Amino acid sequence: MCLAIPGKIVEIDKKNQIALVDYGDNTKRKANISLVDVKVGQYVLVHAGFAIQILDPKDAKETLELFKEMLSQEGI
Amino acid sequence: MFSLHDKQLSKKIVQQLKEKEISYKFMHVCGTHQDTLMKHGLDTLLKSCGIEIIQGPGCPVCVTTPKEIEEMILLGLKGKTITTFGDMLQVPGENHSLSYLRTEGCDIKTVYSIEDAVDFAKQNKSKEVVFMAVGFETTAPTTASVILNEPPENFSILCCHRTIPNALKTIVEMGEIRINGLIEPGHVSAIIGTEPYAFLSKKYHIPQVITGFDPMDILMAVWMLAKQIEKDEPYVQNEYKRVVSKEGNKKASSMLDDVFKLVDMSWRGFPVITKSGLTLKNQFESYDARKKFEDILEPLKTKKFTEPKGCRCGELLRGLITSKDCPLFGTICTPQKPVGPCMVSVEGSCNIFYKYDEK
Ligand code: SF4
Repeated sequence: MCLAIPGKIVEIDKKNQIALVDYGDNTKRKANISLVDVKVGQYVLVHAGFAIQILDPKDAKETLELFKEMLSQEGI
Repeated sequence: MFSLHDKQLSKKIVQQLKEKEISYKFMHVCGTHQDTLMKHGLDTLLKSCGIEIIQGPGCPVCVTTPKEIEEMILLGLKGKTITTFGDMLQVPGENHSLSYLRTEGCDIKTVYSIEDAVDFAKQNKSKEVVFMAVGFETTAPTTASVILNEPPENFSILCCHRTIPNALKTIVEMGEIRINGLIEPGHVSAIIGTEPYAFLSKKYHIPQVITGFDPMDILMAVWMLAKQIEKDEPYVQNEYKRVVSKEGNKKASSMLDDVFKLVDMSWRGFPVITKSGLTLKNQFESYDARKKFEDILEPLKTKKFTEPKGCRCGELLRGLITSKDCPLFGTICTPQKPVGPCMVSVEGSCNIFYKYDEK
């Protein structure tokens, strides 16, 4: 139930706190954005119809790079 | 774009873990983590490295108590429209499940989001619409947002939201199993941040890593836990920085504070856990189905409830056994004919085990 899926905000209806979210593969769905302060073009994580957090597309790459560093520096 | 793939890195992690010759037991509390573990065969791979990962009480549907299921069923029988997430429908109550009630003509609806339930209430003013609000800190803000938005008068919730940190404390304090590290749920943490777990490392000297849902995330989390143990410096480490920040989602957290108060709550398989449940604050009590329909629910107040006969979900949720240890698994209890909630929910350990192991 805590499953959440990333998507890109393509349209915002501020008054109703609703955004159109593009999940890729031609799937677009509405999501409630009352839990985040979000702009068009940003990526969000959507859970049960609500955007619950904003994502930074850089971070996935950084995670791997950082971890590689940890792994090579320290060994175990 | 947000998933992590690096075959070589995974190999390196596994190799390093193997060389270490360790024997650890880690617990996670998230059905989606369990799914990742089983789907990619990580459970077997990690066992070959001396690491066992067990699922604790990390399935909101599974930890919902028999009493809460009966409350819902009783309201359905008394003509209320019951709305909830799909999994709840199949959870066996003492005599029926919600899905059985539906075949008897009761008005039971599954929804994808609490907003669907509110929309239905708006369009059907003559009906009393009750939403069974289950879920941890990931889901509870969606309920809070809806309540703050003044839903119609014919809408109410049966609040079954629970919170994770004190459930973990209880597991550690009960001491039934020795856990060497905790894998914390990524999307609960997206809301609450990293701080609410800190006391566990301080007080019980237990390593913790908040992690995501790719196989790489889990491997890295395991490596980080092993490293913390080796250094003997337990703390809350955040592997899932692309989603989880130290302070979490402040807006969502403050909505939780505005709408709910923390209360002591029963979890299936557990004694009452101090400050582990959410209930609506007094100013929102007109949306509280337990107050609104107090007279209907009265008979359940003092009633004693029992677990389904032979079902070992309680022990599973405390991490004491695996699904395979239950004699009913796969024979008497299957997803088509579930005996307990852990076989019903797509986040339940028996359901996940069955899906990936039996085929
Ligand atoms: S296999 Fe079925 S009966 Fe056994 S613990 Fe799981 S849900 Fe309960």
